[in-house]
Amino acid sequence: MSPSFEIQLVAVIVSAACALPGTFLVLRKMSMMSDAITHTILLGIVLAFFLTRDLNSPLLIVGAALMGVATVWLTETLTKTHLISEDSAIGIVFPLLFAIAIILISRYAGKAHLDTDSVLLGELAYVSFDRMVVFGVDIGAKAIYTSGALLLVNAVLIAVFYKELKIASFDPMLAAVMGFSPTLIHYGLMTLVSLTAVGAFQAAGSVLVVAFMIGSPVTAYLLTDDLKVMLPLSAGLGALSGVLGYQCAYVLDVSIAGSMAVMTGIIFVLAFFFSPTKGIVRGLLRRRAALTRVHNNKA
Amino acid sequence: MMEAVLSLLGDYTFQIVALGSALLGVISGALGSFAVLRRQSLLGDGVSHAALPGVAIAFLLTHDKKTEILLLGALLMGFLGAFAILGIVRHSRVKFDSALALVMSVLFGLGLVLLTYSQKMPNAGQAGLKRFIYGQASTLLQRDIFLMMAIGTVLLLVVILFWKEFKLLSFDPEFAAALGFNTGKLDLLLSFLLVLAIITGIQTVGVVLMSAMLTAPAVAARQWSNRLWLMALLAAVFGAASGVAGTLLSSLVPVLPTGPVIVVCVTLIAAFSLLFAPERGVLHRVYRRLKNRAQFQTARESKI
Repeated sequence: MSPSFEIQLVAVIVSAACALPGTFLVLRKMSMMSDAITHTILLGIVLAFFLTRDLNSPLLIVGAALMGVATVWLTETLTKTHLISEDSAIGIVFPLLFAIAIILISRYAGKAHLDTDSVLLGELAYVSFDRMVVFGVDIGAKAIYTSGALLLVNAVLIAVFYKELKIASFDPMLAAVMGFSPTLIHYGLMTLVSLTAVGAFQAAGSVLVVAFMIGSPVTAYLLTDDLKVMLPLSAGLGALSGVLGYQCAYVLDVSIAGSMAVMTGIIFVLAFFFSPTKGIVRGLLRRRAALTRVHNNKA
Repeated sequence: MMEAVLSLLGDYTFQIVALGSALLGVISGALGSFAVLRRQSLLGDGVSHAALPGVAIAFLLTHDKKTEILLLGALLMGFLGAFAILGIVRHSRVKFDSALALVMSVLFGLGLVLLTYSQKMPNAGQAGLKRFIYGQASTLLQRDIFLMMAIGTVLLLVVILFWKEFKLLSFDPEFAAALGFNTGKLDLLLSFLLVLAIITGIQTVGVVLMSAMLTAPAVAARQWSNRLWLMALLAAVFGAASGVAGTLLSSLVPVLPTGPVIVVCVTLIAAFSLLFAPERGVLHRVYRRLKNRAQFQTARESKI
């Protein structure tokens, strides 16, 4: 496989893997939680790194996922005191955890290969340097397998718990009445979001993971009312912006992840104006048609 | 220890950085009070990320790394971003949180694209541009301080001038509209001031931590007072105090980045306020509950 094909493959897999849990974040009005989680997982990674002293340890992922869930818990505990609103709680919690992570990195991890640049910005162009070697045979870039596993886990978990997630997202009361805990589903979803963020931020950086998690689902939200359609549509749109973004970045020789995010934005703008059911243009046409009808009736 | 502090206080660089951080604290504290009351705390996060392409475009157009020019680009872009968020919410069924997350991440991506593009230019000024992502209080210059002072004075003057209007808008926008105020224009003005405050702050603490500078002092101040003027004043004081404390700490301890330390300080103040503030604090509430229970107990016993 050529490096450029490998990079595009990873881009497609990562954006599809992000879009699946992102769909539920959008529907549950928790989009900004993805921004908080993608930043705070850094603290989880740093703390786990201090414990293991190994940047390749799987414990780093565990630490990151735990920190993501801790972020959600802290925010909710603060909100429940009714002393501050939810947005203020998010606005305080995640910068604090992120600030602690940066302080720890700059003080103690100076020599380790752990810097804020790669976390915040990420770089997709390097994925083909890290190879997956099995029994001495090179079977492609490692990132293809890690992000592929991530996509698989997300797809399987969402397929298995589809009904639970759907009911808990649209009608938490009903979910509680039917006997499964919306809280459990909620934290399960948040764990999934944290895991996805860990898997994706190496490729894209924490801010752009937000674009992949929220961008494509929001676009799909303008195109359909059916959750069964919205999930694959978000993943597909994510994959599309992955490929288009890579091509653009290749032509202009600029940041790949950044270009993918821009592509996500462009696709959203197109849907915003031209969505067949909910677009601006459609709304204008409908208003015009109504006006003509009134006018004709009068005549 | 005391000697180290005293010699530091006389140090020119320290004075500049401390003054800059304190100014940032005052500006973001006072303006943040309105953001927190209007439930727009996360706007700080959104706008500061969205402003990045503005910095890059300003540099690409002018080939100049002067702070004023870059900040002007950031300001225009930040304002455009805020506008886009509100527009998406108004004209589609997308909710505020999704619109915010979408606009900030896409524009940040555009910023990265433009930064990597400008890197290829002969007089690559990348190093100077990146400080807007992470913020570098230690690179503040005297001219930056003058700029911040000028912006801060204008901001605070406008807030004082429109005090009654903003107060009304924050607590009861419908009532404000019924009284005949042009709430749309007031809203725009207040948002503009907020964006200006955010943009002024990003070169000191960076885009990620700016949201804490806007939120934490105001949240802390809210716990101590029910009066808006006292809240805004306290928030400014808290912001300034953490700015100075953060600068002091990061100068005394080796390899301690200023921005993050300021954020930790300001969050500690917020946490302390949430726990210990009279009337509203968590501890006071626990105490009141215990007292009520005891009173109830004695009342019941005396009946029996």
